[in-house]
Amino acid sequence: MRKLISSTYKEMLLLSRDIGGLVILFVMPLVLIITITLIQDGSFKTINNTKVPILFVDNDKGTISNEILKNLNQSDAFEIITQQDNTLITEISAKASVLKGNYQLAVVIPKNLSVDLQKKVTQNVSKILSEFGVEEDSIATEEPIIAKEINLYFDPAVQKSFKNAVINNIDKMISKIESKSIYEAFQEELSEDSYEDNPLLDTTNFVSFKEINPKEGEAVATIPNSTQHNVPAWTLFAIFFIVIPLSINIVKEKNQGTFVRLRTNPVSYLTVLGGKTITYLIVCLLQFLLMLAVGVYVLPYLGLPALHVGSNFVTLFVVALFSGLAAIGFGILLGTVSSTPEQSAPFGATSVVILAAIGGVWVPVFLMPKFMQLVSKISPMNWGLNAFYDVFLRQGGVIEILPEIGLLFLFFIVTVAISLIYDKNKRAV
Amino acid sequence: MSQTVIHIENVSKQYKTADFFSINQLSLDINQGEIYGLLGPNGAGKTTLISMLCGLLKPTSGSIEINGLTFKKDAKKIKQAIGVVPQEYALYPTLTAHENLMYFGAMYGLSSADLKKKVPESLEQLGLGKFAHKKINTFSGGMKRRVNLIAGILHQPKILFLDEPTVGVDVQSKNVIIEHLKSLNKNGTTIIYTSHHLTEAQKFCTQVAIIDQGKIITIGTPEALIENTNEARNLEEVFINLTGAALRDYA
Repeated sequence: MRKLISSTYKEMLLLSRDIGGLVILFVMPLVLIITITLIQDGSFKTINNTKVPILFVDNDKGTISNEILKNLNQSDAFEIITQQDNTLITEISAKASVLKGNYQLAVVIPKNLSVDLQKKVTQNVSKILSEFGVEEDSIATEEPIIAKEINLYFDPAVQKSFKNAVINNIDKMISKIESKSIYEAFQEELSEDSYEDNPLLDTTNFVSFKEINPKEGEAVATIPNSTQHNVPAWTLFAIFFIVIPLSINIVKEKNQGTFVRLRTNPVSYLTVLGGKTITYLIVCLLQFLLMLAVGVYVLPYLGLPALHVGSNFVTLFVVALFSGLAAIGFGILLGTVSSTPEQSAPFGATSVVILAAIGGVWVPVFLMPKFMQLVSKISPMNWGLNAFYDVFLRQGGVIEILPEIGLLFLFFIVTVAISLIYDKNKRAV
Repeated sequence: MSQTVIHIENVSKQYKTADFFSINQLSLDINQGEIYGLLGPNGAGKTTLISMLCGLLKPTSGSIEINGLTFKKDAKKIKQAIGVVPQEYALYPTLTAHENLMYFGAMYGLSSADLKKKVPESLEQLGLGKFAHKKINTFSGGMKRRVNLIAGILHQPKILFLDEPTVGVDVQSKNVIIEHLKSLNKNGTTIIYTSHHLTEAQKFCTQVAIIDQGKIITIGTPEALIENTNEARNLEEVFINLTGAALRDYA
């Protein structure tokens, strides 16, 4: 035990005198978490609160185009522009502006859309009513009506998801207007009252959507925000970044000759690794507390959502503890198999970035392609992130996170075991 | 008759990547209280032999006994009984001399109270008392060598292995180191020592084995070897006579 305590104390001394290592371990993650959360929160606000300017060319000047314009204006997503330099926008000028990339979208309503749609609906309704014998001679003089097209000009740079969203929205608006026109036409034909004076048919949507975030025991769930994604995600990233100073520490020990001295001492390699594990585990837990404190106390001052820890602190601490063990195991393995800091540092940094990427730290796993979703399951950062989400968003306790922390602990055991076997074989040269 | 503390029998060592034996069927007995010099040109197998005696390498064949014990069965007991002073400065550069020695002493199982007494004493004996709380990375080569030596002898080992303990140090530091080693030997420590400094070995060693190409080519006291070699006036001439003047470069 005394050897373990001495080893731990020595590791703490070494770490406390490595300013670069301390910066990597404590300052970089703080800078990272604040920067990324600000950027992601900004993006989130851009999507939700900032209106996309679009050009609107009204060649119809009827009820339909007015209705579309009204709906677009009411939408939070768009800012409608109908004039440029005090002149009405034409289809040609709108097309040119979009082509130049000045605007992402131009909507061009064709001429006579309202009149022709009304005519078409009236024709169809009359046809149906005459089929049922309600109306006679109504379609004696049916004139052909050409189908209309609303032209949508998109900036080639816009994403397909934006295009689809716009097309679906306009399609929905037109469908609603068409339905309303059909109801009106039926009422005009069948009732003495006009639709405007006394609408008999209810045209409001019968089926609508209600968004519910399930949460046991309470009616309202905590809705995840940029802070709740970023604090656990980047805490894990920071925890795994200890791979770099830890592996360098081991490699340096080998190169300095202190490792050789220790091998000739009556102390097991496991005790030496134990000292490193305790020290770096304390570092991981300090990182966790620091990141949590930033989430709770600092981010709100930057105009970002605050992190709500609630009564989950102990469970979160357990996740951080096992994530730290997994990171330490990886660092020990990397330090054991590397011969120089030039091998361990770049490999450590790159592998942590890759593990973070496939683990869902940057892009949520459900947005990844199927194959990458499978690959993500091998990343210990994914296990840790899922455990954090279980606690933050699904109100999970220690029992719920057992599968994830079990995997993290197994990862630690396996990596340390491989390191011990590798070291033993290496010495049997 | 002195007791044999190291018994080496038909030991061979071939590295996995090598197509030759670094140590080849080597047998040697070292008695208690001796200062035993293992001398030889570069690549002769000295460091390989000392690494096997310290338990850092396993022999390919043959057996090694330290105080009648083998590494296979009693590694911990052997490691407790021996001290090792490697060729590198095996110290943590960002720790002070005091912190390094407290740590390595603890690894030998010395109590905190023991270390608090022994560490300042040893530093003082080797002229480093006033530098005890300075970081190793501020030390000169000679100072580092002296701390390196203390780290290997704090637990008062019965057998001490030294791999080039005076390489790259000034004359003053070398004298302090050699004198300290002699005093340890007087107190019963058996010393096994490798060096390229043949003049130093001639003055310091009670027994010498000259090794070349993994084999012992001669054993004896420095005086006897000089006397038995034609026209040799010192150990260096014995060495050249036995190993030749050709360069021994290895890569």
